[in-house]
Amino acid sequence: MIAVGALLHVKQLSRSPFEIAIALFVPVVQATLAVYLFRAGGEPDRLLEAAVGAGLMGVWSTVLFGSGGAIQSQRWQGTLEMIMLAPRSPALVLLPVTLATGITGTYAMLATLAWGRLLYGIPLDFAHPVAFPVAVAGCIAGLGMFGLLLASSFVLLRHANALANMLEYPIWLVSGMLVPVTALPGWTGPVAAVLPTTWGARAVHEAAAGGPVWPALGGCLAISLACLAVGWVLMTYVERRARVAATLALA
Amino acid sequence: MGEHAIEAVGLHRSYRSRTGWLRPQRREVHAVAGVDLAVRHGELFGLLGPNGAGKTTTIKLLNTLLIPTGGEARICGFDVVRQTREVRRRIGYVFGGDRGLYDRLSARDNLRYFAELYGVPGREQKRRIAELFALVRLTGREDDRVESYSRGMRQRLHIARGLLHRPRVLFLDEPSIGVDPVAARELRQTVAELAATGTTVLLTTHYMAEADELCGRIAVIAGGRLQALGTPAELRHHADGRRVLEVQAYGVTDGQLAAIRARPGVREVSLAVHGAAQLLGVQSDAGVDVQADVLRELSGVRLGRVTARQPTLEDAYVAIVNRAAEPTPLVGGVPA
Ligand SMILES: Nc1ncnc2c1ncn2[C@@H]1O[C@H](COP(=O)(O)OP(=O)(O)OP(=O)(O)O)[C@@H](O)[C@H]1O
Ligand SMILES: [Mg+2]
Repeated sequence: MIAVGALLHVKQLSRSPFEIAIALFVPVVQATLAVYLFRAGGEPDRLLEAAVGAGLMGVWSTVLFGSGGAIQSQRWQGTLEMIMLAPRSPALVLLPVTLATGITGTYAMLATLAWGRLLYGIPLDFAHPVAFPVAVAGCIAGLGMFGLLLASSFVLLRHANALANMLEYPIWLVSGMLVPVTALPGWTGPVAAVLPTTWGARAVHEAAAGGPVWPALGGCLAISLACLAVGWVLMTYVERRARVAATLALA
Repeated sequence: MGEHAIEAVGLHRSYRSRTGWLRPQRREVHAVAGVDLAVRHGELFGLLGPNGAGKTTTIKLLNTLLIPTGGEARICGFDVVRQTREVRRRIGYVFGGDRGLYDRLSARDNLRYFAELYGVPGREQKRRIAELFALVRLTGREDDRVESYSRGMRQRLHIARGLLHRPRVLFLDEPSIGVDPVAARELRQTVAELAATGTTVLLTTHYMAEADELCGRIAVIAGGRLQALGTPAELRHHADGRRVLEVQAYGVTDGQLAAIRARPGVREVSLAVHGAAQLLGVQSDAGVDVQADVLRELSGVRLGRVTARQPTLEDAYVAIVNRAAEPTPLVGGVPA
């Protein structure tokens, strides 16, 4: 049920011309940004790492906007009520939606790498060619579960878009997708340590640039599972609140 | 299981809304204000009422999308608040309009997804989906994207979706809205067949003829309260002892309407617009001939056909709804 659901949501998401345009365009911008940031920093040898970081930003923004946006657009389409009416746990109903956004996010990462290769000639020689796809998959699963946590706020609130906008940049920074976490002020450390994106990003970085992939990936998945558990409980509560507050439908 | 498929006692739902930004004022709308219902298994039950009467809210309270602010409801004996999942397993919900489907997926993918969600076993899915496509006459268009569907086709797909898990109780909220007459007739046939095979149906509609033809019993709701309940024949008694005069006219003014309403013997006045023409309906006591009076009030207005007839279910409905809305009677409360 999760697999079929996720697959169909990917279909639904990937067929919107608007999303396709964004998905084509954003990675180019990100690849460019990453490359120039690092060139300016005088670290040309870390270009691949930069491209990977930029790709992760893509994944992150798809999940953040995706998991929220998907809920929002389902509210507009009137399908939110229909899926919440299923005789299943609300978290199970929405997990395929957030996973689907994680999967379309993979595309953002691969696209950024491809553009980096095409436009800037970044060589794609990964330190761990086998671990890389595994790390990416783990990262996406993690983001999907984290997305569930975010999605719960969208189910309850009719205007949660603002929240997503607010979260996007800080989380990029804190989870060290582009800038290494060690370069940020000390207080961000604990915050970063509890975000699954930090660990996911680290796993992917290390798979690309060399380093211990598995502990980071394990961390990412462990935190994601915790997110899943919290999201599950929260979602059950939120579904009930939404039925009290009448926010499942538009009007 | 009790003898009732749908039971509601003192059902109440209010919405809070805030108006004003700087000085927010809380306003409370009592959309459903104490509704009692008891629908037997296999009954085809109609819920009629003017816009904003609380029909959709009532349905959403019964199908677990909203939690009541008061009262209780049971579906097949299961409480809608405490036994949500048991209730959801047994109900289907179809609403009118073109929303509620994944536009960019094919019709088949839509059904596959909802079959999966609603727990139709994998082995059965294929057969069930094909069966439903045949039932709603969409065979041959299964793999087209829903965005390429016409309104009537979407509506039929909605119905197929609502039936996937063979619900015992089906909620149909204005299923015939925007459906052409031929498709509407097919739809009525489908609904009648469902009821004949034991599905309980709760139907809302603005088309009196549809309710008259389909429903075993009808409840009229206005202002969140039940105003009348009975078989179509029983409801028609609300217009007993009345006669109806229908006048086709062009340019009747509000002043003239008020003057007609004030004539002795006149009970209800309604005005519906049909293209360029207006259709003035005047209900009066059967013993009084108001035709001469009405035509005198309308002097100067271009008139078409004038007919006198026996009251229909629609006239009874107008009488019930107008009585509920007193002391400020509605004008033109009948949808065309
Ligand atoms: N989500 C909501 N928030 C606030 N008020 C609402 C909400 N939904 C409905 N209402 C109000 O509740 C009342 C009843 O609405 P409802 O949709 O149940 O009417 P209805 O009988 O279905 O009407 P219609 O024939 O137009 O479909 C209306 O006054 C409406 O404005
Ligand atoms: Mg309604």
